Amino acid sequence: MGVELATDRPGFYEMVDVDVSDSELVYHVRDALKSVSQGDSDHYNQLIAVMHYTGRLAPDEVAMLVTSLKALSGSISYIDIIHHESLLSSIFGMSMWNYGPDVMDALVELIISLAASNGKFVDSCLDMLVRNFMPPKSYLDLLGHPRGLARKHEVLDRVHSALSHIADLVPLAPMRLTPIILQRMPHMFDKEALIVIYVESMLLLESSALGELVGSTMLMALVDRLIDLDVEISWDDIIHEDSGKGIFDMELEDVDDIIDHAEIDGFEHPRGTAGSQILGTNAVADKLDSLMVLICEHLKSCADGERLTKVFETLLQSFWVTVLNAYKSKFSQFVMFYACSLDPEHCGERFAVFLADIFVCRTHPALTRMSAVAYLASYLSRGKFLPLSLIASTLKRLVDWCLEYCHVQNGEEKTINLEAHRVFYSGCQAIMYVLCFRMRSMMDSHRLKSQLLHMPLEPIFCHQLDPLKVCLPSIVEEFLRQAKAAHLFTVSETFLFNNLLESDLSKAFGGMERLDMFFPFDPCLLKKCDRFIRPSFVYWSMVKTTYDDGEDCSSEEDINEYFDGNGKSYMESGITRSLDEHDLDLDEFEYQLNKMSITPRNSLKNGLIFKLENPFRMPARIRPSTSPESL
Amino acid sequence: MEGLKVSDANLVVYIHPSKAGKVSQSILRELSTLLFKYNEIFDGVVLAYDVTIQNKNAKVLPGIYPCFGVKLKAKMLLFSPKPDMLLEGKVVKLGKESLHVIVLGFSSASIAEEDIREEFRYRIKHGEEVFASTSHKRHVIKVGSMIQFLVKSFDEEILHISGSLIPVNTGSTKWLHKNMEEGSMVDRKKKRKDDRSEMHEHSTELLDDVGFSLKNEGRPKKSKRQRHAEQS
Repeated sequence: MGVELATDRPGFYEMVDVDVSDSELVYHVRDALKSVSQGDSDHYNQLIAVMHYTGRLAPDEVAMLVTSLKALSGSISYIDIIHHESLLSSIFGMSMWNYGPDVMDALVELIISLAASNGKFVDSCLDMLVRNFMPPKSYLDLLGHPRGLARKHEVLDRVHSALSHIADLVPLAPMRLTPIILQRMPHMFDKEALIVIYVESMLLLESSALGELVGSTMLMALVDRLIDLDVEISWDDIIHEDSGKGIFDMELEDVDDIIDHAEIDGFEHPRGTAGSQILGTNAVADKLDSLMVLICEHLKSCADGERLTKVFETLLQSFWVTVLNAYKSKFSQFVMFYACSLDPEHCGERFAVFLADIFVCRTHPALTRMSAVAYLASYLSRGKFLPLSLIASTLKRLVDWCLEYCHVQNGEEKTINLEAHRVFYSGCQAIMYVLCFRMRSMMDSHRLKSQLLHMPLEPIFCHQLDPLKVCLPSIVEEFLRQAKAAHLFTVSETFLFNNLLESDLSKAFGGMERLDMFFPFDPCLLKKCDRFIRPSFVYWSMVKTTYDDGEDCSSEEDINEYFDGNGKSYMESGITRSLDEHDLDLDEFEYQLNKMSITPRNSLKNGLIFKLENPFRMPARIRPSTSPESL
Repeated sequence: MEGLKVSDANLVVYIHPSKAGKVSQSILRELSTLLFKYNEIFDGVVLAYDVTIQNKNAKVLPGIYPCFGVKLKAKMLLFSPKPDMLLEGKVVKLGKESLHVIVLGFSSASIAEEDIREEFRYRIKHGEEVFASTSHKRHVIKVGSMIQFLVKSFDEEILHISGSLIPVNTGSTKWLHKNMEEGSMVDRKKKRKDDRSEMHEHSTELLDDVGFSLKNEGRPKKSKRQRHAEQS
């Protein structure tokens, strides 16, 4: 193959004759490399110059680059890590995104050969390939266009096949690869497009042949990143989590004012730090949303490839280590929800059993157990795909545990130390919560009805420890109402909760963390990943209660109307509709809200720009935003 | 194959008190962190181990976390290639300028063009890249063949070997075995064959066990010799 001289750029091949064979080229390059240690770096520097060709390359420049790279591949053993440091750093600094397929192929060939030839180069080669997961910053905007997408496929195909080639030649490479990937992971405040494209590669690795070795680390790192982003979305910056309802109410009023300002300004530059934080967290929510979409899609492909069970084990492990103990994770847990929905038989059951095991095990810290049972209660209530038999058996486990606990508590205690029994109260509240959602369906099934009627609920709830007084009033009220209609048991006292927003007692057992008001699987407010969750999610309005005889039809209609074709979240649509129809009739609106969620009354803080629902926050009224776009 | 050895080691593994209920599991976990890494003290890459717990009593180390040290006796299978040793490996990549080999499935080795003796020429036979011997027609090295090569150097960090096919007794193992003509080669090969078969027995035996339970775990050893811990 001949080489054409590049006349406009002073090149490496000026000294060389026009018709040069490949092997002669290789000898030429070898000479250039060898002569560096002897002090003569002219040809060497020219070679480096070729590596630095940037911008749109003319065909002859491309040819020169390709042949230089190929010649270098043939001279691997002559490359010395110390003498040829600048050449090596030039090669490792090249970004495949800047070149066409020919150059990409030659470069990849060189990288693979370098990695295989000498152990010292392995880390740098892997690092170079991992850096090529992401395009140069300037390229990010092009990714949306077909040309950019085509280039992306070209690059990533080659990068991943290079990684698997290197793993074939250097079996221990995956071990070195893992820390490099974790190190190079974009920071959570980096651009969303950058994070997304990197995570795509991580997930590709997980499903590739290398996935056996690096897959679990990838997944765990991803869940960690989800939690990092999740934690950034918080109310803490805006609303202080102090005790005392009064202060809280006032602060919420302030938020309303901030929102009003933001609306007026058109969300451009809200005044004050709190306002800018509203917009700041919006970006974080979007990043979290995108990552969750990626992970959900990946899980779907795992399920299709029948790998889900294995991947689920890693997820479960990650959930336990990261999510369960994270302070009130907002949305990250929906990844688990979705995974369970893909395989209710194995994964769905496994998750429920896993959570129940943590709850009943005495060696776990109390907060972990309370958190686990909160997850369990919310999961059993919201999972449409869960078989009633599983729910019933898990419920039975909880009931048995609570009963056992009651038996152990003996003696007359004048004043009950609520904190000491907090695990018990959280268990009781969990039982009530699940029954609020599932009582009707269980009563409708003959077998489960008898099972339910035989459950020793009365001794638990009427015990001296008095869970009915301590647990969250809204839940207790709904539960008793349904229990009465189902003739589950007789309660002598009538519990009247006159607009009690919360019980101080429930706050006492919930502790500083307010785990009494933690309902992790309440409707997901992230726009994009909601479409994965919605089909398997039980919304409160879908639930038939035991006292719900005549209203069945209307609630069905409501549901159909509330599900928008646009994929707007249920809450959004509901609010829009209610707003359109009822013209900001607040009482009606509240009623709608109440119908939607069992979580404490008036607790939904809808109408805010980033649509956050914080049921674990103290309930208060918030005027919903008037414009649908802001929802 | 040279480079494999079995060493006896006296070890003490320190276990966190939270793992007191599952001692053997944590011992295995601790020891498995040694695998496939070069260990200076053992002077080799640990491939497999066979562990027996010496004493049910363990000394508690005072400190913030009172870890307790369990004394163990272990047989370690070590891989420590030294220069001028002969190793065997499988060819995974063959090019005009270099040959890439994998030894024992985990260690990569590369042989550069200048370290391949003149006898071998790069050819393309039947569409396949091979190194064919010019003096012996049947002596051919291609992708997938097992070859025996000399160690030039060993990179302990990435476990990469730099090899050479210069000496006469290197090349395709299949051909080297068959070729019994030279007397000296026969003697050396026979000796190496014996060593190799012994090593293989050892390694396969131990490698089998490592994946599953400890061989002698629970079974008391017949000779109870108290050894002092040489190693902490």
